[in-house]
Amino acid sequence: MKQAEFEKKYSPFWSEIEKQLRLDFKEASLNDGIADDIADDNIKVKKNKPFTAKPGTDFPEDYRLICHHLSLARTRHYSPLLVERLEKLVINAHQVFYLRKSHLLSSILIYITRDFAKSIRKEWRWVLLSAGLFFGAFFSMLITLQFYPDMVYTVISAEQLAQMESMYDPSQGKIGRERNSGSDFQMFGFYIFNNTGIGLRTFASGLMFGIGTILTLIFNGLVIGGVAGYLTFIGYGSTFWPFVSGHSAMELSAIVLSGAAGFKIGFSIISPGRKSRLLSLRDSAKEAVFMMYGIAIMFIIAGFIEAYWSSMSDIPVSIKYSVGVFNWALLLAYFLLLGRSRR
Amino acid sequence: MNYDLLDSVNTVQTPEGVDIYLRVAGIWPRSVAWFFDLIIRGFLYAFAAFMLGQLGDFGTGLMLILFFFMEWFYPVFFEVLNKGMTPGKKFLGIQVLNGDGTPVGWSPSLLRNILRTVDFLPFFYGFGLVAMLMNDRFQRLGDLAADTIVVYVNNNIQSQSIPEYDHIKPAFNLNIKEQQAIIRYAERSQQLSDDRMIELAEILNPLDIEKGKMTKEKLLGIANGLIGR
Repeated sequence: MKQAEFEKKYSPFWSEIEKQLRLDFKEASLNDGIADDIADDNIKVKKNKPFTAKPGTDFPEDYRLICHHLSLARTRHYSPLLVERLEKLVINAHQVFYLRKSHLLSSILIYITRDFAKSIRKEWRWVLLSAGLFFGAFFSMLITLQFYPDMVYTVISAEQLAQMESMYDPSQGKIGRERNSGSDFQMFGFYIFNNTGIGLRTFASGLMFGIGTILTLIFNGLVIGGVAGYLTFIGYGSTFWPFVSGHSAMELSAIVLSGAAGFKIGFSIISPGRKSRLLSLRDSAKEAVFMMYGIAIMFIIAGFIEAYWSSMSDIPVSIKYSVGVFNWALLLAYFLLLGRSRR
Repeated sequence: MNYDLLDSVNTVQTPEGVDIYLRVAGIWPRSVAWFFDLIIRGFLYAFAAFMLGQLGDFGTGLMLILFFFMEWFYPVFFEVLNKGMTPGKKFLGIQVLNGDGTPVGWSPSLLRNILRTVDFLPFFYGFGLVAMLMNDRFQRLGDLAADTIVVYVNNNIQSQSIPEYDHIKPAFNLNIKEQQAIIRYAERSQQLSDDRMIELAEILNPLDIEKGKMTKEKLLGIANGLIGR
């Protein structure tokens, strides 16, 4: 079949598909008027929603036919422009056809009630390593400061420390800032911006063979331990510990889990097993980002608790501690128990 | 078509057994797109800061949340919902796709944008640039991990129909490459000036059996014959 004949036979069909796909294909003015109508239609429909293949229509069949036409055009060495037109059609149809659809709500529910906890349990080694590094740094700093309080200046600047001191001074009526609902929300925003950012960076820096994650975890452990240790040493523990107890479970474990996800991708490059390094990285990164969804949610919950619950200063200390312990127990139970298959 | 030469074209085979060619975008268009997005984001930040600044502490909180989402998810949002194109990429005519030419979903897009942090190290996309120069698809580290590529949107193909002439049989049989060259020449006749068309036709004169007779009209005639008019 000569090219002109081929084009004449199938051009209306291609135009139809192009119309469906909202492609603006401009026929040259030398062609007859039909082409202009199509172009006009295109401009009108372009504003509508993008085309998605609906089940029941014969889009798959059309798609295969275009693929066939492209093969024919190539093997018959038709002109580059025709081949290009078909290529463009195939590429766009390909993207519509292979759009990955998911049922968002049900997949979120399954994720929260089962898959997140499962994915964390699967990486228990990295969770332990990450927790070891973070809490190791945290407690060693905390304990060191009880004997050598000046050590605190190795990780925290004097101004920051002064600020912390004034925030948790027990002689003040209110812990932290003078707060109303507006400033609670302001702090909520700050915690999301700051803490979740730290978590995401802890994860991402795992890409550098895990070294970035190690450093971030230890550094954060030292700083947090430094603040806690110093405030305890100067006798502000009575305001500091009740304040942090409520959100500590969510926030600290979210940091630790970000580290675990970071180690997972770092280790996949160091020791890819029987895969190529690149493939190993891709596979583990896919799983790691799956973990990160839940971890990001944890950071947001932690921020919420910190902004609205921890800042309430008129609640008895005993209740604050109980809630803190309860949160830790709840979180551990969540990760240990959820999503185990029943037999 | 033959793509044996050094080229940025990537071949992806679809399950239907057809090869599609994706032209990966290099460092320059991607940097420009990034810069555009930076400016757009800058304006958004300024606008948000101004508007929400009026709302006091509550506004500051909202602003920080907004900043967080813009810092980490601005590209994700557009890449997933706008066919792989952030506004900057759209302006440059490039888009993000999965390595197999399918549209990116939430996970790959999120991954490549979270890992941007590492690409940015040690300063100003140092690792990212090195990574891009070290593979044939210009993938930065985030792209490598998420298996995504940035390609040119091929969107500007204009059909150029060949002007009608009485068809002429060439003096000798043309092989396929020669045929394609002549058809391509005829298809471009509306983009090129008349002088240039004549000039190009002149090149073929030594080939023609009848000396000095290869003209623009003759070539167009041959092209008409080749496509079967």
